[in-house]
Amino acid sequence: MKLLIENARLVDPASGRDAPGSLAMAAGRIVELDGFTPEQRLDAQGALLIPGLVDLHARLRAPGSALEGGIDSELRAAVAGGVTTLVCPPDTDPVLDEPGLVDMLRWRCERVGLSQVLPLGALTRGLGGEALAEMGALVAAGCVGLTQGEQATRNTAVLWRALQYAASFGHTVWLRPIDACLGGGVAAAGPLATRLGLAGVPVMAETVALHTLFELMRATGARVHLQRLSSAAGVALLRQAKAEGLPVTADVSVHSLHLTDTDIGHFDPAARLSPPLRQQRDRDALRAALQEGTLDALVSDHAPIDADAKTLPFAEALPGASSIELLLSLALHWGEQSGLTRAQALAPVTTHAARVLGRQASLQPGAPADLVLLDAAARWTVREEALISAGQCTPFAFQRSGLELPGKVLGTWVAGRRVFG
Amino acid sequence: MTALALDYETLYAELLAQVRALLMRPEWVGAQLVGIWSGGAWLAQQLQRDLGRDGAPGVISSRLHRDDFGQRGLSSTADPTKLPQSIDGAPVLLVDDVLWTGRTTRAVLNELFDYGRPARVALAVLVDRNGRELPIEAQLAAARISLPATQRLHLRADGVGFKLEVEAC
Amino acid sequence: MLSRRHPQLNKNGELIHLLSIEGLPQSVLTHILDTASTFVSVSDRDVKKVPLLRGKSVFNLFFENSTRTRTTFEIAAKRLSADVLNLDIARSSTAKGETLLDTVANLSAMHADMFVVRHSESGAPYLIAQHCAPHVHVVNAGDGRHSHPTQGLLDMYTIRHYKRDFTQLSVAIVGDIVHSRVARSDIHALATLGVPDIRAVGPKTLVPGDLREMGCRVCHDMDEGIADCDVVIMLRLQNERMNGALLPSSGEYFQHYGLTEARLAKAKADCIVMHPGPINRGVEIDSRVADGPHSVILPQVSFGIAVRMAVMAILAGNEA
Repeated sequence: MKLLIENARLVDPASGRDAPGSLAMAAGRIVELDGFTPEQRLDAQGALLIPGLVDLHARLRAPGSALEGGIDSELRAAVAGGVTTLVCPPDTDPVLDEPGLVDMLRWRCERVGLSQVLPLGALTRGLGGEALAEMGALVAAGCVGLTQGEQATRNTAVLWRALQYAASFGHTVWLRPIDACLGGGVAAAGPLATRLGLAGVPVMAETVALHTLFELMRATGARVHLQRLSSAAGVALLRQAKAEGLPVTADVSVHSLHLTDTDIGHFDPAARLSPPLRQQRDRDALRAALQEGTLDALVSDHAPIDADAKTLPFAEALPGASSIELLLSLALHWGEQSGLTRAQALAPVTTHAARVLGRQASLQPGAPADLVLLDAAARWTVREEALISAGQCTPFAFQRSGLELPGKVLGTWVAGRRVFG
Repeated sequence: MTALALDYETLYAELLAQVRALLMRPEWVGAQLVGIWSGGAWLAQQLQRDLGRDGAPGVISSRLHRDDFGQRGLSSTADPTKLPQSIDGAPVLLVDDVLWTGRTTRAVLNELFDYGRPARVALAVLVDRNGRELPIEAQLAAARISLPATQRLHLRADGVGFKLEVEAC
Repeated sequence: MLSRRHPQLNKNGELIHLLSIEGLPQSVLTHILDTASTFVSVSDRDVKKVPLLRGKSVFNLFFENSTRTRTTFEIAAKRLSADVLNLDIARSSTAKGETLLDTVANLSAMHADMFVVRHSESGAPYLIAQHCAPHVHVVNAGDGRHSHPTQGLLDMYTIRHYKRDFTQLSVAIVGDIVHSRVARSDIHALATLGVPDIRAVGPKTLVPGDLREMGCRVCHDMDEGIADCDVVIMLRLQNERMNGALLPSSGEYFQHYGLTEARLAKAKADCIVMHPGPINRGVEIDSRVADGPHSVILPQVSFGIAVRMAVMAILAGNEA
């Protein structure tokens, strides 16, 4: 269907363009305006038109959570938040370590017909960290990378072989930088965790893992995408690795970008997250790194968890929060706080995130018509009951954070089909 | 606040005389003076001294037996009960400044009986005013008066001596 | 983050739950100690009861076992004329999979007025206080490593009884501080009451540098740590510490950090020795010290009843 969106303000982080204009789409792609005869017109009334968001980590269901909502609610939440492409991890039940399971997931997602879901496949069988999974078959079935999920690989020799094998075929391995033995706490180690009597995760758990990973990368030549860095020290190591020329990319979650360990307050389980919220200077370092591009992408780290699994004493609550509907606003909020242009603020959730996948997210003719129309001037506050996600817990809820967020999604298109608004 | 025509010195002299007379009765030999904190405690000290009795009088607090705990919580400033001698089998003369509803006296009686079984208990007050809510009476009183329900009588130490003041409640 | 009133205080600044010493204004802390003095004398009367909590139900919810603490709370509640129910949760409903909050809701339906909660996870009493009915008061009897406020209060009562003025004291806390809720409560209470010199003493694995941010000096040398102290609080060493690669053996611990008479001689001549109990003789403290003239370990126990009576009486008199 040939649609012309007129009277919009086009923001294309890929080119840096931020100017009034119109956009034409046909057969699921953006096309040239010249000589375009629309079948339908939409007057954007000055609203912002941007590429659809690419979220490199969102769960459709959280492991261990009893939510029966299925993937529908989470994909509806995604498009309501302007996310048109999302990457989901394989640590479901059963683990995505066989191509048949990947096919089934993709088929289910296509049937829902909302955001495009790109799965990650398991690096080892059952995510057990012992035997390699059939990486080739998983990638052929549509996996965009291989990962160990939240599991730190205890056996360094297995991790080495897995990276070596993946490198033979040029597959990217997505890994959380966390040491298996040091990473067992529930809050960031430091004065606050000590005061609250919560088992701490030292920064060392991240830096020791990073040192190990970079060494293994040097030895194998594997491409690695690091998931959810959380510390200033970790960012410093990443910067050095990139300077050295290692084929590494990295992301950071909206939680680590905006919050600190003080948001735990009086043991609020909404702040129970993995990686744990660290201190102010870590947050500042993460922000600077995202701005300069050392951190490539911003992810929602969406995890829908039912109320029963969250209303528990802090250490017993499942880590995670529902965030996919907030990704766009949180990116804009970061941009406003850091004095960035809108194109700069949106780059980590559009063009840079897509680049990690070897794809593009832009408003150029020829690109897929994955688009978001939003009212940039709108301000809103997060009410948990109003979240579309089946898991209604987020530390950004207004009663906890007092935050007013910018940007309200007016419409979302995936491959030229309007899926929201 | 108005100054009522009640002269503390006159009333005290009257009370002292009544107490002296009571304590001479045979069944009141070996009696203990126990002042109800706070106004009664000051009075009891004066009486003990002016009667030429050795040692200090007891002090008793209504705090732990009050019937308004549920509304007002535990009051924070009362001195705890201190009874220098055992009250078992002894006559006890409770001393207070003003007898009004009778609730403080009731609470004090409960507190007293947590410490033992006195032979007899009587109440001596400076002023017995109307407004009783319980069947409690003062055996000795220097003055018995009537006040409107909206007014309260208070014994205050003003640094020079004591003063009885009426205030709105 | 929004800065919010501490959940243990109502909007008038009155205590409606006792969850931790941290977040307790000095005036409230002192009020509890003053009230406790009143209750110490209740034990000397013929009738060792006062009717302040008559008709109220106090439920002891011990998710983590402790006969000692539960017994002192029971005695305290009964001296206030409350009805006491002991719920051994570890063995009952949560073992069958009932959630913490369902357990609490069921008990609230049985008209509880006060919950005394001990749980192995830091923060559990906060969750309960947040979700129970508004008229119910929650007393934290120990949550994970975080807080044991009544122990902190009775330790302060003990120190005040023997030493009077907090503002001139040196207090050493010795032992497994990183895992100790008693230590945290003691440090907060001492700091709130204006103790100028608080020392945390023990090996690095048990006494992390982070503790400095709580207002104490960190010492890894025992002799330096208790030099010229007015008060020494010894903490119990648990066997699990040996298994967690935190200490090689209790023998070596006693060698370096055990309180012996020789070590105690380095403290002030009138130093008092405290311990929350139960004591491990020959592990953290020598028998001769535990039973000696400096030890106030037994008086601590009786003060503990008065302090708990004070806490319960104050809570019962305040509305949410």
